[in-house]
Amino acid sequence: MLDCGVLLLSTHRLIWRDQKNHECCIAVPLSQIVFIEEQAAGIGKSAKIVVHLHPASSNKDPGPFQSSKYSYVKLSFKEHGQIEFYRRLSEEITQRRWESMPTGQAIRSPLPGRIRAVGIVGIERKLEEKRKETDKNISEAFEDLSKLMEKAKEMVELSKSIANKIKEKQGDITEDETIRFKSYLLSMGIANPVTRETYGSGTQYHMQLAKQLAGILQTPLEERGGIMSLTEVYCLVNRARGLELLSPEDLVNACKMLESLKLPLRLRIFDSGVMVIELQSHNEEEMVAAALETVSEKGSLTADEFAKLVGMSVLLAKERLLLAEKMGHLCRDDSVEGLRFYPNLFLTQS
Amino acid sequence: MHRRGVGAGAIARKKLTEAKYKERGTVLAEDQLAQMSKQLETFRTHLEAFASKHKQEIRKSPEFRLQFQDMCATIGVDPLASGKGFWAEMLGVGDFYYELGVQIIEVCLALKHRNGGLITLEELQQQVLKGRGKFAQDVSQDDLLRAIKKLKVLGNGFGIIPVGGTFLVQSVPAELNMDHTVVLQLAEKKGFVTVGEIRTSLKWETERAKQVLDHLLREGMAWLDAQAPAEPQFWFPALFPELHGQDGAPEAAPGNAEP
Repeated sequence: MLDCGVLLLSTHRLIWRDQKNHECCIAVPLSQIVFIEEQAAGIGKSAKIVVHLHPASSNKDPGPFQSSKYSYVKLSFKEHGQIEFYRRLSEEITQRRWESMPTGQAIRSPLPGRIRAVGIVGIERKLEEKRKETDKNISEAFEDLSKLMEKAKEMVELSKSIANKIKEKQGDITEDETIRFKSYLLSMGIANPVTRETYGSGTQYHMQLAKQLAGILQTPLEERGGIMSLTEVYCLVNRARGLELLSPEDLVNACKMLESLKLPLRLRIFDSGVMVIELQSHNEEEMVAAALETVSEKGSLTADEFAKLVGMSVLLAKERLLLAEKMGHLCRDDSVEGLRFYPNLFLTQS
Repeated sequence: MHRRGVGAGAIARKKLTEAKYKERGTVLAEDQLAQMSKQLETFRTHLEAFASKHKQEIRKSPEFRLQFQDMCATIGVDPLASGKGFWAEMLGVGDFYYELGVQIIEVCLALKHRNGGLITLEELQQQVLKGRGKFAQDVSQDDLLRAIKKLKVLGNGFGIIPVGGTFLVQSVPAELNMDHTVVLQLAEKKGFVTVGEIRTSLKWETERAKQVLDHLLREGMAWLDAQAPAEPQFWFPALFPELHGQDGAPEAAPGNAEP
């Protein structure tokens, strides 16, 4: 029974080889194929490709059967590979490369009634070995990964248990120990179970990072009018680092400490949720007064226009105009042509 | 002389009381912390061994990365929380995702003037891969989604909207509620939508449909084709990247109609 085998595709032929008996090999020239169709898998049946063939020519090599009432052959894909194989076979049939390329080794069986595929066996064996090697590597990697995760899970359990102990003994844990615990959690990437704070907030690492940032960002901030969005800062700092990059959370947690560490920068969060870093010397409310002048000169401005005029990012330009609106200096005209800001004449003329 | 509450004696007594108090309460915590410290060291060694064998695998194989991330999530560990964590330090997972974050931010910023800050995950992937160059590691859509989830915390409005079996990535702090999302999902098939289609498919009143579409227009995410034959069509540049007309300068105002 032609039960279990491997299907091979060349530019000239479709070859099937018995998995157990490698000597047993059947081939069909691609030129004999009229068309092919797919049959999807279903319950209890595997995906198939149906290969419709021309009538056999009279000088055809003998095959497994003398004759057949069918003009097609069904290839049943018990495990997988049907989709890819169908695609490749379609390509070969379309390209018809057998017409322009001479066949390689002519494979002719010395024994009547059987085809021996000599060259192919070696290739198949190599493929098989490579596949086994890859499989082994992959399964080893996954096995190692599972073992690692088991150990990581133990760490998570331990941290929960410590957190419970801390909760029970309210206030009896020293500040030192709290800091230690937080840094352990940071190493493992475990959220603080006691306070549910974001990862690693308030650790030594973030304090140091905050001080570093104050140094790194001084000049860039001055160059950009004293204010930068947090995404700009993230890109700037990480591009400069190249390696050992900061996570977004690292950056946010460090910036949250800027004010308390009395550094010359601060984190500010606008109503829209946009987060910026400002120089301490920067006064956004004063900038609003300047913005009002600019808008008045032009009559009205959109965030895009204002950004271009002043040389700011559109994001921050919009925030400044929104702040000016909040403070009552500007009012808006929100139409489908965009959001436009006008000086608030209600305020100035009343 | 013996003054109350002041002097070396009082200070020493205070310290003694504190010490006794601490002794009683924190012995347990101290023990456990010491245990955790030791176990942490052991874990670090295991991770080091794992990294020496499989670090390349993580960098090269999106499938392995996915498996790794899923398992971390299951046990309650976030390997991307901090660049200072073991995972980032030893496996280099951190650098991979944080750098990807930078690339995502840059692509979104560069295309914002065209699509109003909305982009399909496919286009984002294409653009990011283009920027990374021929010899860079492969980046899967799962990788992008994880990097984006981390970027949310920066407050720039990064968000992920499911549409038609894939996702739209939002990169501006525009407020998009359920109504906006549903209209985007409706528009996904053809790249545009009309008020009439919204009324038929979603059974909304005209006013509601108009409000939603106007908001999307104002945000620059939709463009109006008032010249369309039957009724005005609202097109979403994010949904048909190949059909963009001339490239306006980045950060230019959206304006109106591009038929």
